[in-house]
Amino acid sequence: MFVDTVIEDKALHKPVFLIGLSVTVLAIFFAFNFTNTIFGEFLSPVIGNPEESGFFGRLAVSFVLTILFVGNLLLISFARLKIQILIVWLELFILFLAFAYSFDLEIAYIFSGQPSKIGLMISKGLFTTIYISAVSIAIATAIAIVGAIAKLSNNGFAYAIASFYTSLFRGLPLLLQIYLIYMGLPQLGFMIDAIPSGIAALSLCYGAYMTEIFRAGIQSIPKGQWEASRALGFPFGLILRKIILPQSVPIIIPPTGNQFIAMLKDSSLVSVLGIWEIMFLAKKLGAKDFNHLEMLLTAAMIYWVLTIILEMIQARIEKKYQQKT
Amino acid sequence: MANNDSEVNPIISLKSVSKWYDDFQALKNIDLEIKLKEKIVICGPSGSGKSTLIRCLNRLEAHQEGQIHVTGIELHEKMKDIDTVRQDIGMVFQSFNLFPHLTVLENCMAGPNWVRGINENEAKDRAMALLKQVKIPEQADKYPEQLSGGQQQRVAIARSLCMQPKVMLFDEPTSALDPEMVSEVLDTMVELAKSGMTMICVTHEMGFARQVADRIIFMDEGEIVEQNTPEEFFNNPQNDRTKAFLDQVLS
Repeated sequence: MFVDTVIEDKALHKPVFLIGLSVTVLAIFFAFNFTNTIFGEFLSPVIGNPEESGFFGRLAVSFVLTILFVGNLLLISFARLKIQILIVWLELFILFLAFAYSFDLEIAYIFSGQPSKIGLMISKGLFTTIYISAVSIAIATAIAIVGAIAKLSNNGFAYAIASFYTSLFRGLPLLLQIYLIYMGLPQLGFMIDAIPSGIAALSLCYGAYMTEIFRAGIQSIPKGQWEASRALGFPFGLILRKIILPQSVPIIIPPTGNQFIAMLKDSSLVSVLGIWEIMFLAKKLGAKDFNHLEMLLTAAMIYWVLTIILEMIQARIEKKYQQKT
Repeated sequence: MANNDSEVNPIISLKSVSKWYDDFQALKNIDLEIKLKEKIVICGPSGSGKSTLIRCLNRLEAHQEGQIHVTGIELHEKMKDIDTVRQDIGMVFQSFNLFPHLTVLENCMAGPNWVRGINENEAKDRAMALLKQVKIPEQADKYPEQLSGGQQQRVAIARSLCMQPKVMLFDEPTSALDPEMVSEVLDTMVELAKSGMTMICVTHEMGFARQVADRIIFMDEGEIVEQNTPEEFFNNPQNDRTKAFLDQVLS
């Protein structure tokens, strides 16, 4: 992105904005009424019993919260950019933890059992999830290359098959595809296990999306590259392999990275087939003692950490290709 | 196919070639013969069909009527050996069209190494020799975008020459260049002409045409209006359209 060389004053440092923001925040805190929470408790020396403090108590609590909130923003605004980002990240994360904490969870439950529940989710569930996603991503990539070439070809059969395929698999919900493959194929006489059918559904679905990404990537290479290659007497396959695809890769990587991340999470849908991946185990382990939220939150954190790792890998690859060209 | 190539003469011949883009006729009944080692300059106003003509010679564009023979082989839509023909015809484009993901050296090695079956060491030697010939051997390990326009175009010429072509086509090679870089590319082309290469150049550089061309062809509205030696062409133009064009480019 192009950052302009003329810098405006920070909005937070303009009195009008600051006052406007404070009033708005005050109104919001007042509307939500935090008097009966931990904040009211904390202010009880001033407002007395929170339950009986009435209008004055509610206003006082909102006022203190507003000061804290806006003061926090002001302090952060003086920090350097990197520090700002770090602090805001941390604060949002703490808010998220507080949100989870407010569920009144039995955290020890996650670590209970022999082997422990979280141990089982990581050793068994995480492994299965990664295995299914990795295999599906590899197959989807292969499908996408073939599909993209077919969609760009002049061959009627190739184009028709490829466009029908992308239309169908982008047009049906993934969950439905999973059921159709798992229950439909045996009707044709192919007995298929849960894991292979899960992989098939994920590969076919994401292959369809990635076909479009690859097609756009190939099409974005200027016509002159084809002409120069043709003029040198290169055959089609060579042009694609050595000239066009290598130049498409940097363009394709960001949206493909998105697809990888989305697929990792969508692999949770194959839990409906009884595959022991993260989501299935979370539901199964939590259901026993009705501690659903504990296990679901554990699964959530595992998925989140996984996607953060994938994002970091994607950023690295992007950087590498930027340096090269 | 079994030609002793150097004896195919004329090396390029067109017989009543016509081409249409939908309803628009871009080439009208072109007859043309180009002999081995001849240097041809094609000029004319924009939209006159000169780029289309030169792009038909290696079949980057298809003609619909007439015959085109290149190195004795006819170009038509069912031909099997178009790549072999193209390997013998170098082409330099207005917009250079270097491969941005390959270094200058790799750009020059690609053709010989990938389709001529020449091993890497030999391709490298040949590429370096030609980069020396176009006077930029020191840029060999850079990527195209690190070079100036004039340097890029000279790499493009070297890349074509690495295939050891029998003919070189130039499609407005200096039109995209800053004025101060035009001469370095033209100098390279003049030297190439001296070496005896068969050359067909679409260009507006009349100084170059005067210096190098054996024959200048003037095109307008898809037709060859006039062709002559530079001497006659500049001093004694026959057709009114030629006169009008020369008035504009020489003023």
